[in-house]
Amino acid sequence: MERESTPSQQSTDSQIAQMIERTFRQESGRILATLIASVRDFTLAEDALQDAALAALQRWPQEGAPRQPAAWLTTIARRKAIDRLRRDATLARKQTLLQEIATLEAQVTGLWSGGATDDGQDDAATFPDERLKLLFTCCHPALALEARVALTLRTLGGLTTVEIANAFLVSTTTMAQRLTRAQRKIHDAGVPYRVPPAALLAERLDGVLAVLYLIFNEGYTAMAGDALIRQELCAEAIRLTRTLLDLLANEPTLGDEPEALGLLALMLLNHARRRARVDTHGDLVLLDAQDRTLWDRAAIVEGVALLDRALCLRRPGPYQTQAAISALHAQAPTAAATDWRQIALLYGALARMAPSPIIELNQAVAVAMADGPTHGLALLDRLQLDEALSHYHFYHAARADLLRRAGRLDEATASYTRALALCQNTIERRFLQRRLRELAGR
Amino acid sequence: MRYVLLIYTNETQDSQMNEQEQGAIMAGYNAFGEEYKDKILGGDALLPTSSATTVRVREGKTLSTDGPFAETKEQLGGYYLINAENLDEAMQIAAHIPGAAVGSIEVRPVMEFD
Repeated sequence: MERESTPSQQSTDSQIAQMIERTFRQESGRILATLIASVRDFTLAEDALQDAALAALQRWPQEGAPRQPAAWLTTIARRKAIDRLRRDATLARKQTLLQEIATLEAQVTGLWSGGATDDGQDDAATFPDERLKLLFTCCHPALALEARVALTLRTLGGLTTVEIANAFLVSTTTMAQRLTRAQRKIHDAGVPYRVPPAALLAERLDGVLAVLYLIFNEGYTAMAGDALIRQELCAEAIRLTRTLLDLLANEPTLGDEPEALGLLALMLLNHARRRARVDTHGDLVLLDAQDRTLWDRAAIVEGVALLDRALCLRRPGPYQTQAAISALHAQAPTAAATDWRQIALLYGALARMAPSPIIELNQAVAVAMADGPTHGLALLDRLQLDEALSHYHFYHAARADLLRRAGRLDEATASYTRALALCQNTIERRFLQRRLRELAGR
Repeated sequence: MRYVLLIYTNETQDSQMNEQEQGAIMAGYNAFGEEYKDKILGGDALLPTSSATTVRVREGKTLSTDGPFAETKEQLGGYYLINAENLDEAMQIAAHIPGAAVGSIEVRPVMEFD
């Protein structure tokens, strides 16, 4: 409906538009989870939510914003889903669709107190939090890992397809296809929309943690491109992990999960260093050179507290161990005061839990810090046989660093050169080039 | 939901099993069939790919070749048609097929027509 708008009306309209956007960002994960629980169709749920958002944009400026915006959006979205299903019912699958409509309508009318209007009479309590179901579904092992990451960020993270595509350096079309295929797989293959039963829970939780860890790492260390830290991904990963912990705590049959606590601790402790990792020129600052006054002390305190809570449960695991290593760095007042011996021991424990050449590489670096470069090199030489490491630029950079400190400068130059050839991250490349210049200038 | 569980194993390795090992596999399949009899709608073991013939019709001409449709590292040796609540249940059943321990079980939903 067209009408004249005064400047004050316009400013109210834009305030309301902002409020809708804010509600969307904060609540869309929860609203989507509830809608998918009703309609069992990701695309339909998303479309219906978009319809509801449009309705809000039209109606709230006129009627005023509802007391419970999220509940309003959920209720309206359910009605919009019914409308969409009705339109589709003229096509094939008429029988099944009419069935779904009947179920939905029963749910919707069951909630209303019989009022003529459909504003937010329903309070938040009538919509149980379905996000845990959504998270486990997005992270189901039947989906490819990259699809799990994309779907989690899209539905629970509230990121747009464009934002996710940019974060993972693929085209928007590719990302959109990835999401569509994943949603279709969930539907066609019969992936159940639920929190897994007790027998499956441990392994499925591992899968969820792996996805969240991947999202964090993608933000923390970009493999290619200019930005060393993609802070929004890190913040999103932290937010999602917090949500997971809250949801687990609220499930009567679940409780504190030490590895989930450990993962959040790890993220917070690493994220605490973000302001010190890149200098004003945009160059990489190594851990030992970072200005520790720039570290986020509150995040460190919270991370350490979470780790302590996890360790009290006496079920150690890789995320807790990594968090412990990060905590040792975070709590050292200066680089020189770092307890490298303890860190080396923790890497050893980590290597036993989750054997990997990269972990052993980190152990060698820690041993070198504790006992000198020669000892570190002895460990690295043992790893040299590993095929995967020969293509990993960090292996060559670490080896170069130890050779440099051991005074084997020609070999160091060769290793830095090899590292540079393999490295795609602009900021890390600049660092390696600087080291080579220093060696050449001797 | 109905699913087909396609059992792929390496035929060469299978044929190298001794009588005792073969007996154990047979017993495994019998036990599987018994444990999941309420879920299994059908299924068969197949003779090896050396007995297979592949038929294609192109431009009205029937072409037949000796052997399976393609050479693969693992070969189709049998299948089950099952009824399962959801993919989790189908996957759990698939994991109990003896072939899963040495080969691969593909879990494929059946297309249902109204």
